[in-house]
Amino acid sequence: MKTKIFPIFLIFTFSIIFFVFYKGLQNTNVYTPSLKSEIKIPNFDAKDFFSKDKINSDQIFIGSDYYLLNIWASWCVPCKEEHKYLMDLSKKENIKIIGQNYKDNFENAKNFLINLNNPYDLIFLDNDGTIAIEWGAYGVPETFLIQNNKIIKKVIGPLDEKILFEIKELTQ
Amino acid sequence: MNILKFLVSVIFLIYCFSSDLKAKNLEIEITKNLRCLICQGQSVYDSDSEFANSLKILVEKKLNEGLDEKQIYVYLKDKYGDWILYDPGFNKNTYFLWLLPILMFIFGGAIILRKVILKKKKL
Repeated sequence: MKTKIFPIFLIFTFSIIFFVFYKGLQNTNVYTPSLKSEIKIPNFDAKDFFSKDKINSDQIFIGSDYYLLNIWASWCVPCKEEHKYLMDLSKKENIKIIGQNYKDNFENAKNFLINLNNPYDLIFLDNDGTIAIEWGAYGVPETFLIQNNKIIKKVIGPLDEKILFEIKELTQ
Repeated sequence: MNILKFLVSVIFLIYCFSSDLKAKNLEIEITKNLRCLICQGQSVYDSDSEFANSLKILVEKKLNEGLDEKQIYVYLKDKYGDWILYDPGFNKNTYFLWLLPILMFIFGGAIILRKVILKKKKL
């Protein structure tokens, strides 16, 4: 009796372990926490991209308009890919597009905007990347849709047709 | 007498640097307990990614603002979730994680104890 329990227990344990690992193998290993519904936007100070004047986030996100915050950099290749979608959205009157220039060289960033056009209503600088952390962002590109000082949608990575459609639906 | 002078000056020097060192050590300790979310499997301290470098600057800033270790963890947990901490807090999502080793320990102990008692009885 005693000798029988042990092998059964062993097989049972290993089959559970096998099952858990086998299941885990198929999951993606990049973990991104799901967005808690409607997070309040952070408060921060930043410098304007062109004038270098100090601005507070309260002066940027005002009232109940839709704001699209886009974290970008000229060295970021996916940012170039998503640029056309931002240009598309910039034609919409009820969304203001705010750019956050992430760890970039000013001349390169300026050339980026000259070559590809400027979809942003306002750009501020984030030279050491700490404002991105205030947003809970991972890197570039990342986009937040904001209304009433709350984040209503968060996009990690470049925008695409599907997300563009979703944003247009949300801001109808 | 010379040895005494030397000792006093060494102690003085250590005292001068220790406060500065302490702040640096705390920063290192905190960043070692933060998971780099871009390069998972590495701590923020070990990583050299853009994300980790920004986080190091932010931790330093927050320490200078007077936040303590716990407040910084709470602040980052708010933004990135439990996953960013290598040492997650005890809450309903982590009960299993924290209690499993204790359960295994108790269970294993019970098996060993039973064996020992059985052996003693036989003797």
